Amino acid sequence: MTDTLKLSIQFGGGAELLFDKIKKREVELPALKKYFPESLKEKWAIRELLVWIKDNLLKERPELFLQGDSVRPGILVLINDADWELFGELDYELQANDTIMFISTLHGG
Amino acid sequence: MPISCRTGCGRNAVLKRPKTGDALCKECFYWAFEAEIHYTITKGELFNRGDSVAIAASGGKDSTVLAHVLKTLNQRHDYGLNLMLLSIDEGITGYRDDSLETVKQNRDDYEMPLKILSYKDLYGWTMDEIVAQIGRKNNCTFCGVFRRQALDRGAALLNVKCIATGHNADDIAETVLMNVLRGDIARLKRCTAISTGSEGTIPRVKPLKYTYEKEIVMYAHYKKLVYFSTECVFAPNAYRGHARALLKDMEKIRPSCIMDIIYSGETMAVKEEVTLPTQGICVRCKFVSSQEVCKACVLLEGLNKGLPRLGVGKSSKAKKMLAEYNAKQEQEKGSLEQAIIDLDDSSNLIDDINQSNKVTKAKSCRSGSCKSNNKVSNGSTVNNDKCSSKECCTGKCKSNQGNDIDQGNSKINSLLEEYGINDAQKDIPNGNGHGSNVSKSNGEIVENSDEDGEVLFNDQDEENSCAGACGKMGSLQIGF
Ligand SMILES: [Zn+2]
Ligand SMILES: [Zn+2]
Repeated sequence: MTDTLKLSIQFGGGAELLFDKIKKREVELPALKKYFPESLKEKWAIRELLVWIKDNLLKERPELFLQGDSVRPGILVLINDADWELFGELDYELQANDTIMFISTLHGG
Repeated sequence: MPISCRTGCGRNAVLKRPKTGDALCKECFYWAFEAEIHYTITKGELFNRGDSVAIAASGGKDSTVLAHVLKTLNQRHDYGLNLMLLSIDEGITGYRDDSLETVKQNRDDYEMPLKILSYKDLYGWTMDEIVAQIGRKNNCTFCGVFRRQALDRGAALLNVKCIATGHNADDIAETVLMNVLRGDIARLKRCTAISTGSEGTIPRVKPLKYTYEKEIVMYAHYKKLVYFSTECVFAPNAYRGHARALLKDMEKIRPSCIMDIIYSGETMAVKEEVTLPTQGICVRCKFVSSQEVCKACVLLEGLNKGLPRLGVGKSSKAKKMLAEYNAKQEQEKGSLEQAIIDLDDSSNLIDDINQSNKVTKAKSCRSGSCKSNNKVSNGSTVNNDKCSSKECCTGKCKSNQGNDIDQGNSKINSLLEEYGINDAQKDIPNGNGHGSNVSKSNGEIVENSDEDGEVLFNDQDEENSCAGACGKMGSLQIGF
């Protein structure tokens, strides 16, 4: 479990405004144990990904994106273009080359 | 381990519907989404065959999806509607100018005619200029009030039967909640109405009234509809922001709460004696108003006179003051300038108005201690008070009141000329160099007026508030 995990992270609907206005990023996560030495788990789930995003990508006003250990209500999460509510939400275990997209419904137009 | 579509179509589900909890594939989701809006339209009898309908288009997700779905349904079910897009350019640099590009994209994508009306043309002021004048604290009031009337004017120009707005179920639920939180029973009574507007006015209809925001965004995403999303650059409305955050939190736990709140709003019994103000016609601009002078004219008056806080917040005195002002005009039409000077000199009155601004809603203070409170909380108006008499602004004053008054007088003259009290209607001049050059039409326009600036623009107008974004961003910036 020392392998890294490649993902595509996308932002839309205004969520990108919190991430330097960049809509698509290819990222490479380190092994979970490396990033969270305390973790009892072996695999990255969305729950840990959110922490990593907060640490590494989210530059401003984290409260507009995160709330508690999840996303702020009103931010939609898509796992490979499907609603994360169908896939266990925070507990979904990330697979190599997954695309995780965050779309804000909170921004106006 | 993909979940299969609830309908048994054999495809994999892509989303869980918040309204029903059903897991649906893309195709079945499109079908359900569009069929529900069609049902809302037919059940509510929102349109009649042959109607011209203006879609209030901001370039945002709601109005973009609305335009797309109305075009689709109009073809599929042969509504026989003549659809067009109506946009308001508030004049917010970097915000509306970008979103208008999106609206133009809508125009091309959906092959609908587009009419853009600007605050600058209608009122002589852009929002940028208004904010430069009044700061960011109350600009949402201006934006909301002007916006509503601008849509009405646009609808009159386009000669449409109704204006379709993009209010979604989350917006309506939020407004119900807001009206409960403010004890605004009169608005509570009507804010869930799918169609607003009384006899002789242009109604607003809300085809997306029962459509969840999540589904609108998912629909736009899967259909790859281009929409504009941003944070409004101006200040948010904190109270609404909290209400919105609360609602989103509850929706996460129990998605049906959105429909339940709307249902509560629709079925709540309201005592008979609670009535909305009766609507008349503004003596100044001839648009429908619940008061003698409509809110837009009061605000404009304040801007043009260099007293921008006039009319921000409820003020029966402002009303009275302008009524007197109008009476004066009636008597001596030749000496408008005199009337303006009189207004400038009545600085005591203006003091009172500024101080009462903070007491939103209350007709009179009940505590007796509010006056001093107002003074404390109202520090920002002190400068204005000082500057409201002409002696003040001799150059030392921070706010360049002197200039504003000069400019204001010329503007007000053209304004009064334009809105001459008994003027017959003019044809629409387009850009004759003056600020306000779109003439009124004959008052068959609705203004969902307008008691206190804070409250009034939140419920009925397209996009909820400032340029459509503020209220929503309010939740982002403050509701936490
Ligand atoms: Zn299906
Ligand atoms: Zn008026």
